Amino acid sequence: MSTWTADEMMTVAASRSLRDGQVCFVGIGLPSTAANLARRLHAPGLVLVYESGTIGTEPDELPLSIGDGILADSALSLVGVPEIFNYWLQSGRIDVGFLSGAQIDRFANINTTVIGEYDEPSVRLPGSGGAPEIAASCREVIVVMRQRLRAFVSQVDFVTSVGHGSGPGDRGRLGLRGAGPVRVITDLGVLEPDPESAELVLTAVHPDVTVEQVRSETGWELEISADLRITAPPTEQELSTLRGLRTVGVAS
Amino acid sequence: MAKIASSKIQSLPQAVSELVHDGDVVALEGFTHLIPFAAGHEIIRQGRRDLTLVRMTPDLVYDRMIGAGCARKLVFSWGGNPGVGSLHRMRDALASGWPVPLEIEEHSHAGMANRYVAGASGLPFAVLRGYAGTELPEHTDTISTVTCPFTGEELAAVAALNPDVTVVHAQRADRAGNVQLWGILGVQKEAVLAARRAIVTVEEIVDELTPVPGAVVLPAWVLDAVAVAPRGAAPSYAHGYYDRDNAAYRAWDTVSRDREKFSAWLEKLQEDAS
Repeated sequence: MSTWTADEMMTVAASRSLRDGQVCFVGIGLPSTAANLARRLHAPGLVLVYESGTIGTEPDELPLSIGDGILADSALSLVGVPEIFNYWLQSGRIDVGFLSGAQIDRFANINTTVIGEYDEPSVRLPGSGGAPEIAASCREVIVVMRQRLRAFVSQVDFVTSVGHGSGPGDRGRLGLRGAGPVRVITDLGVLEPDPESAELVLTAVHPDVTVEQVRSETGWELEISADLRITAPPTEQELSTLRGLRTVGVAS
Repeated sequence: MAKIASSKIQSLPQAVSELVHDGDVVALEGFTHLIPFAAGHEIIRQGRRDLTLVRMTPDLVYDRMIGAGCARKLVFSWGGNPGVGSLHRMRDALASGWPVPLEIEEHSHAGMANRYVAGASGLPFAVLRGYAGTELPEHTDTISTVTCPFTGEELAAVAALNPDVTVVHAQRADRAGNVQLWGILGVQKEAVLAARRAIVTVEEIVDELTPVPGAVVLPAWVLDAVAVAPRGAAPSYAHGYYDRDNAAYRAWDTVSRDREKFSAWLEKLQEDAS
């Protein structure tokens, strides 16, 4: 019987959410690991696009940044930064935006800017990067981040990237053309927006995780889906492939 | 005064001394790749002050320049140490004003990229689908909206960026100062063409620029100075010359976290030059 960490379960679950043949705009960190795992398993035809302008890249190790040389070496096409955002993302050519964040709220709005007030923050985060337009323009968005009470809040301190705004219909009113976040995959389970309220509800828990555990790490009254699923545990193949992924230039 | 092609190639200290002035709006570009570290270090050594530093991803190079007290203001879209964590010198300047207070003007990548495009195109602003529903427009006065005259649709507008000086690093130049760069292209072409003055550092000078697939060539006549700076992008990388030093990016975290360690690093930078 194999064992795994909560992070490994999260990355495996996130990789499963990507389908073969999709075109995926990948954020660095957890999303990049999960997308590269998916490409080695069930989705060999997954097209990876990074904001550095690398289109159809097939790195044999994980990049540390979104612009590592390994992404350029293995890319089908290399374009400049204005072009990747204008011609490829803004035009609606990307199926899935794969994001992470420091804070997410009940409507899946994401904060990567500040904790606290903008002018006098308690923590200054890196900022927007490509995320606001990825969240706006991809056909759908998948978020992967660790579920902690300080990160899963009722309302984010700062809206860096819009999820479902303040509720149903907001994306349309704002002129956002993609569907927005369809799934949030954490180290405890999976949350999805309720079709009526657009609020994130718990639709799956990972093996050995209780609903109470998830609720205790969520900053709003988390609704539980009537047909709550239990995530299938990682297979031997998923785990061995994940553990075999090496980051460029980093000793294991 | 007319630009004479043969005078374009000069030393980096000379280029910085003549073309980068206190109080200038300065853009050092290079998106993870070809980051002009040698030029950033030279600006630190020459003690430039009150600069408005513009860059999509401030990275270690601006963490160092901010820590050294070169900057009054930072215009940016993502301020972190990629894959590692925070830029602690930038955070310290914002939170505590050390060594000098730092203002910020914050955008998204798409916004910054389009600001350079507008600047390079001789337009006052650029149009994009962006920022709708986010809180940045409340804090950044170079973000606004514009109504499409054809469809009536409301879109985001961002003010053009026209730096006083743009500095980029490239693989090579010929003896006339024509520059060739390839690999991840970033926003360097736009940043150079948007600027009033441009400095390029290169890995080497060659007799002839043999064509490379997908390369950008910047003609000498849009540049003011070309300086040879071997490994001038390290610890970032120069495609075809050397790899990104990911260990150095990780090691910077420890130095950046601590004012004393950073000050020791800064002292060493000055000593290495003399």
